[in-house]
Amino acid sequence: MVENRPFLTVLSHLVVLLGVIVIAFPVWMTFVASTHSQQTMLQSPIPLLPGPHLIENYTKVLTEGYGRVGSTPVMMTLTNSLIMALGVAVGKIAISIISAFAIVYFRFPGRMYFFWAIFVTLMLPVEVRIVPTYGVVASLGMLDSYAGLIIPLIASATATFLFRQFFLSVPDELTEAARVDGASPMRFFWDILLPMSRTSIAALFVIQFIYGWNQYLWPLLITTKESYYTVVMTVSRQANVVDGVPSWNLLMAMAMLAMLPPVLVVVFMQRQFVRGLVETEK
Amino acid sequence: MEKRVTFNERWLPYLLLGPQIVITLVFFFWPSGQAIYQSVLIEDVFGGNSKFVWFENFAQLFRDNSYAHSAQITVVFSVLVAAIGLAVSLLLAVMADRIIRGATAYKTFLVWPYAVAPAVAGVLWGFLFNPSVGIIAWMLQGIGIEFNYVINGNQALLLVVIAAVWNQISYNFLFFLAGLQSIPKSLIEAAAIDGAGPGRRFWDIIFPLLSPVGFFLLVVNIIYAFFGTFGVVDSLTKGGPGKSTEILVFKVFNDGFRGQDLGGSSAQSVILMVVVIALTFVQFRFIERRVHY
Repeated sequence: MVENRPFLTVLSHLVVLLGVIVIAFPVWMTFVASTHSQQTMLQSPIPLLPGPHLIENYTKVLTEGYGRVGSTPVMMTLTNSLIMALGVAVGKIAISIISAFAIVYFRFPGRMYFFWAIFVTLMLPVEVRIVPTYGVVASLGMLDSYAGLIIPLIASATATFLFRQFFLSVPDELTEAARVDGASPMRFFWDILLPMSRTSIAALFVIQFIYGWNQYLWPLLITTKESYYTVVMTVSRQANVVDGVPSWNLLMAMAMLAMLPPVLVVVFMQRQFVRGLVETEK
Repeated sequence: MEKRVTFNERWLPYLLLGPQIVITLVFFFWPSGQAIYQSVLIEDVFGGNSKFVWFENFAQLFRDNSYAHSAQITVVFSVLVAAIGLAVSLLLAVMADRIIRGATAYKTFLVWPYAVAPAVAGVLWGFLFNPSVGIIAWMLQGIGIEFNYVINGNQALLLVVIAAVWNQISYNFLFFLAGLQSIPKSLIEAAAIDGAGPGRRFWDIIFPLLSPVGFFLLVVNIIYAFFGTFGVVDSLTKGGPGKSTEILVFKVFNDGFRGQDLGGSSAQSVILMVVVIALTFVQFRFIERRVHY
């Protein structure tokens, strides 16, 4: 603050506060809707404050699902989402840290070709090449499996670049010392490089966990068995059910549960999250 | 930049690169190659035979009114998403930057929408504007505006824009805030001593210094609007009503999976690939400039 202008300070607070309220409003209404009975939710206007049916609604969606006979319990879709998000995050980090290690610390024929082969994957999001990618996964027999949900999404240039960038900043003296002491490359990787990379790994983990959890089109295409449905796709699917009146209270309870894990990760790992966002864009 | 000290191993680096290269080849190069290959073929209805047709699929796309329409919608949509998103988040970032007390609390309350899946964001906003139970639709009706995104194409597009902006705002906000905080305080102080008021300081000093971040975010937002908003569209409108929210990336999916038009869909994929590669190059140019600066 350069100078004291009380009016401007008050204005700043008001604008930011208004922003916070407007941004939070959809989630507040979702929460409110998830605590009422279906009857209340069919009257117009719907209430603005929470009702008494919180536990009842959430228990119902967690154990029975949306309510129709044979629908998937959210407990199961949440588990699938968790497996997928962890698989994508851990898989991506694992394969990119070792490939960045190879590119930075070794000289071998074809090194630059490999580097560029990884680099071009940066450019094409899965949405663009969705039809042929589906064809490949189908011909490999990976439809309706966790492998099919996870593996096609873990090739990523961004993570490789992040680690490459970090490795380049590691002082050469450490490598020299390790070599003088007779450490093998893998020993150097495990005992020196990996422990040093832990902040980058944490930052990347937060970003990739959210990315994996929030996948929509991919699980929608490759899962046909309900036992592999993820929570995000079930929410959207139920919102578009044409038969009958939607049970808004249950749908919104499902939406809350779909949002909660990634939002909690961002709120509690905010430092790593901000770091990860800024660094993966470099 | 290269390392001076390296290890000498013959096979180990290939082993380490192996997993990533295999996955990239199988799930990236193979499908992308197939998209290009299929874009020059026409397959008959039963799948068996396909005929090489040069650029017929592309020619057909460019003659097709619905493709031009979809492209037009995509442009309108991405301009709106980028413009509104950048303006709102810049305002919030500038205001939040002024605040000293409680700044971190505000920040926490502004960053979380990033974590909400686009598809879920679509459901949330669809609920608020739902013609029968939506609270905002009800309020709008109270002041005489009939809002029904299920039948009105323009309103549907507006709603998709709102949901997409909401989802992206925390990203823009964080980058603008970081940009603002990296501007040296001495510059602002010098201007204040010379008698420049807050408005003058913003337009003459802060805004130009922030422009590299702004350009970078502009490109990121356009890429996001083009490719990252599939979930929002699919759970809100499914491209409808009519075809009023059918953006290009949605059309690729719709023609390929629902319409079973492999050749046409692949040709669209190839065009989108060219667009995204061009955008990525632009993005890298700006990042280079940002580093110099």
